[in-house]
Amino acid sequence: MKNILEYFEKTVKAYPDKIGFADASREVTFLETDLHVRAIGSALCACGEKRAVAILIDKTVNCIEAMLGALYAGDYYIVMDVHSPGERINGILNILDNPLVITDKDSEFVATDIGKEYLLYEELVQTKIDDELLSQKRKTMCDLDTAYILFTSGSTGMPKGTVISHRALISYINWVTEEFGFNEETVFGSQTPLYFSMSVTDFYSTIKCGCTYHIIPKQHFTFPLNLVEYLNDNKINTIYWVPTAISILSNWKVFDVIKPQYLKTVLFAGEVMPTKQLNYWIHHLNPAITYANLFGPTETTDICAFYVLDRDFSDSDTIPIGKACDNCDSFVVNSEGKLSAPGEEGELYVRSSFMANGYYKNPEKTAEVFVQNPLHNNYPETVYRTGDIVKQNERGELVYITRKDFQIKRSGYRIELGEIEAGANSVEKVKSCACVYDKKADLLVLIYEGAVKDTAVVLEAVRNHVPAYMVPDEVIRIKEMPINANGKLDRKALLATYKTL
Amino acid sequence: MDELLEILKKIKPGVDFEHETGLVEKRILDSMSIIRLVSALNNAFDIEIQVTDLVPENFESAASIMALVERLEDE
Repeated sequence: MKNILEYFEKTVKAYPDKIGFADASREVTFLETDLHVRAIGSALCACGEKRAVAILIDKTVNCIEAMLGALYAGDYYIVMDVHSPGERINGILNILDNPLVITDKDSEFVATDIGKEYLLYEELVQTKIDDELLSQKRKTMCDLDTAYILFTSGSTGMPKGTVISHRALISYINWVTEEFGFNEETVFGSQTPLYFSMSVTDFYSTIKCGCTYHIIPKQHFTFPLNLVEYLNDNKINTIYWVPTAISILSNWKVFDVIKPQYLKTVLFAGEVMPTKQLNYWIHHLNPAITYANLFGPTETTDICAFYVLDRDFSDSDTIPIGKACDNCDSFVVNSEGKLSAPGEEGELYVRSSFMANGYYKNPEKTAEVFVQNPLHNNYPETVYRTGDIVKQNERGELVYITRKDFQIKRSGYRIELGEIEAGANSVEKVKSCACVYDKKADLLVLIYEGAVKDTAVVLEAVRNHVPAYMVPDEVIRIKEMPINANGKLDRKALLATYKTL
Repeated sequence: MDELLEILKKIKPGVDFEHETGLVEKRILDSMSIIRLVSALNNAFDIEIQVTDLVPENFESAASIMALVERLEDE
């Protein structure tokens, strides 16, 4: 097997008339999807070899079909956040090598606003299918071909593109579907955006196993009663959400009013799951539900370690990240470059086919984290350093401790504070600025020094620079930024002083 | 009303809360800001907003939020 579409083709054959994908406005069978994606693929084949296909479409069936269509043409896709500012969208498009842009009628204005030429989904699906051309394309491909690129926020202010091959995708999906026993009866309620690594799991599991994939309208997460009604109406039995989304239902004690009736599997990843909020689920819902904590970076497709809950945890306990996935060697290396002893903190390394090829057009960053295995030098063997500090507990389970650097995670999104600061620094009279994250209050606070009296001006500049989830909750102007002994901006002092403001 | 507007401006700076009537519909208030708003309202007005009060209609404008607060204050 060399191409993820082989799973799709098996599923279309086995369950042609089953509903595969549904969004707020329509649902499609696998066969209908198949006809659309081969039409899109045939159209894209005429546009060149191994092109980057940037998809400017909201999370809908249209977007999914554009993704698969790009794969049919032997291209790789990049799903863009259509709600992020034009400056950021253009930033990514400018990094890509001569990209094709696909949009649909709903998001066409985004493509028009940024002034790029584009292809329209509604026209692409009308293309006559050319199966011979598609099979010729497939013959020239191998499993090292890129399937997609996911852009995350980069520390220099430039987004960083993680390049994922068909092989990585196939290897990862094999593990996740076998571990959790997904099959044609699995009904997913999908929460995560398609430009976020977690979205790979429920989507491609559906492709492989013939599940049903419901795209949950975003607004339901603001109004939790509607969310539970939605889960019940669609008989959703499996969810893979960020802990923030899971916690919404706990914080509102929604299950005191209404309960999801069909849930069997509850998976979460992307940030630390607060145990108190998870316990609310465990204590209020069917005890037969399986809960699992998944852990991993975009650079290992989605996940490298996992823990299926097998015992009770008190609200103050930390849920472990468990053990390495099958076909994925996750190991802990101490500051001397040797394997950590049990209980000793170290950095988590991964050696696996799940691994990305590296970062797009960024050899420096790639060389920093995709490195020779530190445990031997006998032959070339690239491993990935996650930058996560972990240790083994007394049960032999991995436990997450912290990030090695300043990068933060919020609602599952990886945020480099530097990118927010870059936006604020773009305002002429901002002298110095720093973005700090008050974890306890869950507030992203931008603090600056300079002759810009109106904080809204700075906020506006940031808004034009970063996606909505990175916009600070508070902007504060102070007279003088604190400096530490090394002459560097003192972030710790800043975090302490902002609380007194 | 002034107290409410101050809370709203703290939660989401840079929005014209006096006139905006599509806070939910236009996604000006996302789920995280609604959660923060509700806890701020509970503290400031000594009320307890229930999940059953948490429906889009109650949060579309400063006026509708104020109406919710006043209803709960009376209870």
